[in-house]
Amino acid sequence: MVYLTRKIEFAASHRYHNPKLSVEENRRIFGKCNNPHGHGHNYTLEVTIAGEPDPVTGMVLDLKDLKEILEREIMQRMDHRYLNLEVAELKDKIPTCENIACVIWNLLAPKIPQGHLHRVRLYESADLFADCYRNDASNDAKETA
Amino acid sequence: MPQNIPVEPVHVELGRRYRFAASHRLHSTQLSEEENCRIYGKCNNPYGHGHNYTVEVRFSGVIDPATGKIASLGDLDQFVNEKVIEPFDHRSLQDEVPAFRDTVPTTENLCIEIFQRLKSFPIAKLKAVRVEETSNNSFEYAGE
Repeated sequence: MVYLTRKIEFAASHRYHNPKLSVEENRRIFGKCNNPHGHGHNYTLEVTIAGEPDPVTGMVLDLKDLKEILEREIMQRMDHRYLNLEVAELKDKIPTCENIACVIWNLLAPKIPQGHLHRVRLYESADLFADCYRNDASNDAKETA
Repeated sequence: MPQNIPVEPVHVELGRRYRFAASHRLHSTQLSEEENCRIYGKCNNPYGHGHNYTVEVRFSGVIDPATGKIASLGDLDQFVNEKVIEPFDHRSLQDEVPAFRDTVPTTENLCIEIFQRLKSFPIAKLKAVRVEETSNNSFEYAGE
């Protein structure tokens, strides 16, 4: 198995706010991230595809194809957007790093034509990121170990 | 996992990086002076030397729908600061951290020690600790 990783960057704004909680609770739980006017980040997304290199082309997946998928599914949807209101998949979710990474996983997983999506890593900053993997039996086993 | 908690469609981990600076000396009491010098080279300098360490921790768990998070960053930062950063930052590892009194403070052993200190985090499950000793050397430990 070979793992291929492509990195893209996008800039977006968001706000952490749960309408089911009071103003005070929102402020206490989310702090500065609850600012009503939102704030933004430069997100870095690393997408890792696992597979065997094609015997003819030597490629796990043509990077050109992956680049197009990332442009269509992620850049057009999220770059320079307000995530809370402009990304339908995040509606009713707090747009944390974990939730955005899960949305990206679900958008990309069915679109990978060769190999399979192995990992989505989304950095909100250099010191904070979320990883998504397939929730398969081996991860379940690790969970309960 | 209990039946009433829905299984997440994906396995999610939260990653966070921290930094501390510390000195160490690589010296094994089980080796002669010559062997220590030969094996550890400059790292055996009796006066020690130091690094800016970066610690990357990864935790898995269930995303709380109310907060969108696996764990509150405030809780995580407080825990890691208390367990690792405060006791290690600007310290001499072999002189001031009891675990390294008889264990050589290599970054391999540092990874294991940090893992042991962080695995009791009550809110999410520690999956791995990765330590960068310099930007060119890094070590990772994911438990036994």
